[in-house]
Amino acid sequence: MLFTALQLAAFLVLPPLLLGVIGRVKSRVAGREGPPLLQPWRDLLRLAGKGAVYSRTTTWVFRAGPVVGLAAILAAGLLMPLGAPSATVAFAGDFALLASLLGLARFVTVVAALDTGSSFEGMGAAREVTFSALAEPALFLGLVSLARSTGGLDLTHLLGDGLAVAWRSDASSLLLVALSIFVVALAENARIPVDDPATHLELTMIHEVMVLDHSGPDLALIQYGAALKLYLFGALVVKLALGARLADPAAAFAAFLAGQLAFAAAIGLVEATMARLRLVRVPQLLIGASVLSGFALVLLLRT
Amino acid sequence: MTTWADLLFLLVLVLDLFVLASSRLRAGIRAVAAQGGLLALLPVVLAGPATETRHVVALALGALAVKGVGIPWLLARATRESTVNREVAPLVGFAPSMVLGALGIVVAVWYAGPIPLPVPGKHPLLVPTAIGTAWTGLLLIVTRRKAVGQVLGFLVLENGVFVLGLLLSDFMPAMVEVGVLLDLFAAVFVMGLVMFDIQRAFSSLDTEKLASLKD
Amino acid sequence: MAWNQTILGTGKDPIPTLSLLLIIAASCLAATSGGWALALRRRPALAQRVATAVLVLGAVLGMAGAVLALAGQGAAWTSDWPTPRASLSMKVDGLSAFFLLPVLGLPALASVYGLGYWPQVERGAQSIRLQLYFGLVTGAMAMVCVAANGILFLAAWEVMALAGFFLVFTEHEKPEVQRAAFVYLAAAHAGNLALFALFALLGRMAGSFEFAAMSGLDGGAPLAGWVFGLALFGFGLKAGLVPLHFWLPGAHAAAPSHVSALMSGVLLKTGIYGILRVTGFFEAVPPAWGGTLLLMGTASAVLGVAFALAQHDVKRLLAYHSVENIGIIAMGAGLALLGRASGNPALVVLGFSGAVLHVVNHATFKGLLFLGAGAVHHATGTRELDHLGGLGRTMPVTAALFLVGAAAISGLPPLNGFASEWLVFLASFQAVVGHGAGSTPLAGLAAPALALVGGLAAACFAKVFGTVFLGHARSSHAEHGHEAARTMLVPMAALALVCAAIGLFPVAWVPSLTRAAGEWSGLPAASLAGAAGEAAHGAWRVSLVALALLAGVGLLAGWRRRRLGSVQPAAPTWGCGFARPSPRMQYTGSSFADQLVLRFGWVFFPRTRVEPPTGLFPRRAAFGSHMPDTVLDLAILPALGSGVRVADRLRAQFGGRVQSKVLLVLLGVLGLLAWLGLR
Repeated sequence: MLFTALQLAAFLVLPPLLLGVIGRVKSRVAGREGPPLLQPWRDLLRLAGKGAVYSRTTTWVFRAGPVVGLAAILAAGLLMPLGAPSATVAFAGDFALLASLLGLARFVTVVAALDTGSSFEGMGAAREVTFSALAEPALFLGLVSLARSTGGLDLTHLLGDGLAVAWRSDASSLLLVALSIFVVALAENARIPVDDPATHLELTMIHEVMVLDHSGPDLALIQYGAALKLYLFGALVVKLALGARLADPAAAFAAFLAGQLAFAAAIGLVEATMARLRLVRVPQLLIGASVLSGFALVLLLRT
Repeated sequence: MTTWADLLFLLVLVLDLFVLASSRLRAGIRAVAAQGGLLALLPVVLAGPATETRHVVALALGALAVKGVGIPWLLARATRESTVNREVAPLVGFAPSMVLGALGIVVAVWYAGPIPLPVPGKHPLLVPTAIGTAWTGLLLIVTRRKAVGQVLGFLVLENGVFVLGLLLSDFMPAMVEVGVLLDLFAAVFVMGLVMFDIQRAFSSLDTEKLASLKD
Repeated sequence: MAWNQTILGTGKDPIPTLSLLLIIAASCLAATSGGWALALRRRPALAQRVATAVLVLGAVLGMAGAVLALAGQGAAWTSDWPTPRASLSMKVDGLSAFFLLPVLGLPALASVYGLGYWPQVERGAQSIRLQLYFGLVTGAMAMVCVAANGILFLAAWEVMALAGFFLVFTEHEKPEVQRAAFVYLAAAHAGNLALFALFALLGRMAGSFEFAAMSGLDGGAPLAGWVFGLALFGFGLKAGLVPLHFWLPGAHAAAPSHVSALMSGVLLKTGIYGILRVTGFFEAVPPAWGGTLLLMGTASAVLGVAFALAQHDVKRLLAYHSVENIGIIAMGAGLALLGRASGNPALVVLGFSGAVLHVVNHATFKGLLFLGAGAVHHATGTRELDHLGGLGRTMPVTAALFLVGAAAISGLPPLNGFASEWLVFLASFQAVVGHGAGSTPLAGLAAPALALVGGLAAACFAKVFGTVFLGHARSSHAEHGHEAARTMLVPMAALALVCAAIGLFPVAWVPSLTRAAGEWSGLPAASLAGAAGEAAHGAWRVSLVALALLAGVGLLAGWRRRRLGSVQPAAPTWGCGFARPSPRMQYTGSSFADQLVLRFGWVFFPRTRVEPPTGLFPRRAAFGSHMPDTVLDLAILPALGSGVRVADRLRAQFGGRVQSKVLLVLLGVLGLLAWLGLR
């Protein structure tokens, strides 16, 4: 119970810090000092305190987008084990609800973008739905492989103690799955090499260009939601990579948080060392991720 | 030891897919070099107590020198001198060829079981890796237009043959090793000549242009 | 003819008998409802209201009967029918009852919608014809769902198929309607032919045409494979499984929208009902049946949504989405069959429940979407996506209701599409964790395919909703939109409410779904209890998270309102520095989907017409594209065309000479005799 409350509290507070870590790592690799770790939080609070300007083209759909999007991601947080021994709400098939809630968040963001009637935002929305639709099978192939390997039907068991045994017997498959899910995490969270969150050219953006017209508290909701989503995917990767069984829940929680930091650092390193892919190559990357986890599944099914 | 071998085979296969998916010739060459290096490790990892250490070391070092360093270096130099550094329009797109390659590998993994082997007790992924890698090589040769891409295909094909050769290395060690390496060398030699000739005749490495030689 | 004969279970449990009586009454009322429109044609407004009221009354009675059957044990009833080997046998069990709910409910709502959409006052005879066949098809569908005799089933089926043809044919003066209707008729008859053969074989295996005699047939018998193949062809043609879907997009686009809602929402489902009913006759089904159905379902789901993405006619797009959803249903049914073949009761419960619940769900949200598309067509006069835009301001209620349907069909929580897809996901994962003999881990590949379908469907409906209702009007059609009449909005609102209700509380369906799965599979209830408990446990938690989601939306909306107040400054959309953006620069539906459509280049053969801009000061440039149906336009029609050409050439060879024609007949007869003799 204590740890359930603790993981939810951490879920609400820590995600913007991950963005801070990514920024710091990127800057350090480039030889700069970088912004303070708390900068994302400060940005959020500043945005929340501002007023908002709305396009005359927009309707209630545009105003509802950020609210429903963040609520969906928050609800998804209930389903993911975030350091405690179990997710806050766990049941067979919860991964499907998690994926659909993230899909809902994406759907309302896309629809809100289309509400502005801007060709740039339409472009971003088209890219977003294209890439996320292609990322979906990669994620589920990974989950199916995990189910085959651990015998679990909910996220708590798919990413739980069974993994410790599975890493011993099916290490190579799990490695492929982890790699594939990491790629999915990069794509879903609009990071390099799929999307460059720091770019200033609208033509090359994906996620950022969709939210061009949001301002003030709406933008704060969107950016906070993006940080939470990164934390959720981080949890997926960390729990999968950690794999070890720690008897003491406090130690497990600490290991989880350390893992999240490492995840953020890894993303920072990827961003610092890689260039953004050309947009036509992104589907290839995602299909490649599907192929990797599909391959893992084939290896698992053979034995 | 099995886990390490697992990992090696897997990496070899993943590199297959990478070569299929990459449009940059330089990245492809690097991937093939890495694959050669990994193959050099294979005899070491697979060596049982019965195998002779000298042969293993010779095979590993030979493979490393030829596959991991020598040929990739030659190819890299050839691409540096020519102006081609990117496969532009392959006959089959990159993503579809990757999916085709993956399908071939899956089929290989699925059906390698029933194939009767002369040597029992070999690693279960050995034959699938060999078939899958050879399949990748063939795909590359068929689908790429640039001569360098086709040479890469030959190299990958030879890598597949090399893996299959490991199966027999217990029986006739020296023969296999020498045969495999020589075969490879001949292939590259021929392709090098071909590339040189195409380049000289058309100032380009696009094999499609050979079609214009007809009457 | 004695209606009071052999009512099974009289006295012991009167409620089930009542349920069947109610359904029979519903079928008769519905079938004759259009008669009122004809009888009272002098007062058209009243006539249509009376006809609609009768149909609604029938639907309410029948749905009450179906609910009773879901709650109780079901009922059977038999009476003589002076036709050889036939009898008036009817039976309502869980499977029938689940299909009856949408089969009666959706047409009733659609007919109310028809009051505003296709008024008899304006349309006159055309509207009377439509109402006649509308009622007839509804009554026939209800009869198909309760028929328990092969001949009765086929009779009801034939009535349903023919009435469906006349419904498609409503606007018979339009050439595209004629073409679509005749393709429908040809497909329906090809299917019927297969069904005649199917029931002949079943009758031979069971020794009777009574469904009661057909239960417990051996799935391993040599004829069983033929039976399954014929069922898959005949019923699959009706349901629209790929590659048998070719008649569907044209027919659904050509019919009036509330007829499309009926056809897409429930008429297709009779095909699924047939497949489930026939597979329910057998015991020890071979694993190949489930595998085939799963494979066809997966292909339908993926290709259906891919084709939908490429469409720019709203109704064709929705029609292709029916192919997708039928695919999802077939995936569930295939998993359930695999579960029966491998003795995995969890797979049976989850797959069957997912399939049957999706039948109900698809009827609600697809009905809602077709009615919404009809409202848009009614208001603007065009179905072309790229001519619409900005209707959210002129038709706010329609837009909100359409959004509910769009989210539901994309499988987004907290709506009903998610509930049934969740069950199919779970079934697929159950298949993958199974170890040991007879386990079917490859069926786990259904889950990633379903995830892909979900992502593509969400993309497609973002495209539809965004292009039609959001942004600026792209043409003068869309500028003159107006909100739909109240008689059109009320049925849509009712369907949206059902979508939300099922999505928020899916657990209410679990017990009756489990019971129906038990009846269908013949497995004892005890063996199904485990998986049913798991599903109920999960369904409660789905409700919990859905409520948390709604609470979160409420809280955040409240926070935002407190922060911002109600009036905020307004400005034009940020054009990224471009000074004079115009509505024509908006992303169109076609450009939105282009990246995804490109990925399916291996099955599409789009026809494009490009007029590129030329010169330093280009004047005019144009781009047009058309997506033919790969099966109909590129396979069947060319094949038929060359067949006709060959026949023409042969006729030219033998043309005019009586002798040669007689010679041909003679040769034919001799050949037939030889074949018979050789056998």
